[in-house]
Amino acid sequence: MNTNPVHFTLNGKPVKISIEPWTTLLDYLRYHKKLVGTKKGCDHGQCGACTVLVDGNSVNSCLCLLVSLDGKDITTIEGIGTADNLSVEQQIFIEEDAYQCGFCTPGQICSTIAMRNRGEINSEEELKDWMSGNLCRCAAYKNLTKAARRIYKES
Amino acid sequence: MKPFQYTRLSTQDLASGTTLRDSTILAGGTNLIDLMKYGVEKPDRLADIGKLPYAQIEESDEGLLLGALVTNADTAYHSAVKKTYPLLHKAILSAASAQLRNRATNGGNLLQRTRCYYFYDTAMPCNKREPGSGCAAINGFNRIHAILGTSASCIATHPSDMCVALAALEAEVHVLRKGATLVIPFDQLHRLPGDHPEKDHNLEPGDLITHIQLPTEGFSDHFEYLKIRDRESYAFALISVAACLKVSEGKIEDIRVALGGVAHKPWKLKKVEKEMIGKVASTDNFQFFAERLIQGAQSFGTNDFKILLVKRAIVRALNSALNPS
Repeated sequence: MNTNPVHFTLNGKPVKISIEPWTTLLDYLRYHKKLVGTKKGCDHGQCGACTVLVDGNSVNSCLCLLVSLDGKDITTIEGIGTADNLSVEQQIFIEEDAYQCGFCTPGQICSTIAMRNRGEINSEEELKDWMSGNLCRCAAYKNLTKAARRIYKES
Repeated sequence: MKPFQYTRLSTQDLASGTTLRDSTILAGGTNLIDLMKYGVEKPDRLADIGKLPYAQIEESDEGLLLGALVTNADTAYHSAVKKTYPLLHKAILSAASAQLRNRATNGGNLLQRTRCYYFYDTAMPCNKREPGSGCAAINGFNRIHAILGTSASCIATHPSDMCVALAALEAEVHVLRKGATLVIPFDQLHRLPGDHPEKDHNLEPGDLITHIQLPTEGFSDHFEYLKIRDRESYAFALISVAACLKVSEGKIEDIRVALGGVAHKPWKLKKVEKEMIGKVASTDNFQFFAERLIQGAQSFGTNDFKILLVKRAIVRALNSALNPS
């Protein structure tokens, strides 16, 4: 069988597996690990629904081969908070009513966390540009922007 | 995605060069994996270069050396890039989305492929994807296509914003070829389509981009990156202009202008730039320069608007560079 070894950390836990090299991070999360908080939207890096954190940076998991992430630290929405113990960012999304159907929300939250990690936002335009890689088909952009602004400034 | 063999390269592997010659190189993969999903790229072997030692940015007397594996985001936000090369900072951040910039590498940015719709659509003829099959864009919907340096075989554009800035700055590309480092002036990296649009660049199989050398002059006082696109963010350029000026007592001492969205490579003409040295930095002269820079432009129907638009964009970018707000 055509597999390759890869080691990484997933939501704080070390993982060591051998996997078919054409498996994307997204497919690994959803189909191998049943971590379905990360969504498959376009599967081409255009919608941002599959956004997760790799070493604290937001990336499109649909465009990453898992085998290419050797040694990386991967965090999905399941590693950010739980229903019983929401993260600060999740709490702000609820308070600001920053979602409608919720499909894009895990990716949106990962993008806000990466934006805060990077710390390079100096204007409203830059904030909107940073978040423009996450589409919301419900068009909840007004409150999404409010939540993103609060997360950047407050947490 | 078609199954393939995968190798994670180490520095030792590089010594032989064999793996690279027989493989498609994987770095960030943001373009390659997408093309593999569409069936446009169908490699039998991928060589992952992600662990090779080209992920640093180094400052020296010769300028700034950007590792090929540094991400576009880490490059744009690097303190020396922000301070000395704000043109490059602005160009990179005008491109793609935060997620893509966080993953895409500098070397990969240089080698990304056109976003011509017909190149992506495997049901359509495309000389770049399948040499000899024809070009569906020339008589098709060609809003995003080239107006300069086209051929009867291909009217695709190079999609990068970063490359337009690197062309204007006259960067150099360091390439590892058969164990030795080859230095390629940026203008000579990419090529016009001619009869071989399947070749985007002048690299050979087995070549590896290791670094991009920025010269000491960053034109940080007088620069502009103007990008015109269908939406304000996360879209490829219809037209982009990287403009750099050095002005003394109102006269042009140096001028660099590279265009994106108009050709198979960043479009820059040194000869036309030299003609401007010593002339007054004025709108009239910028208009003259724009006419000379796009001399011979030819449009294909849906992209007719680009000829007037690019002239206006050049003048606007140069005026912005001259009088930074």
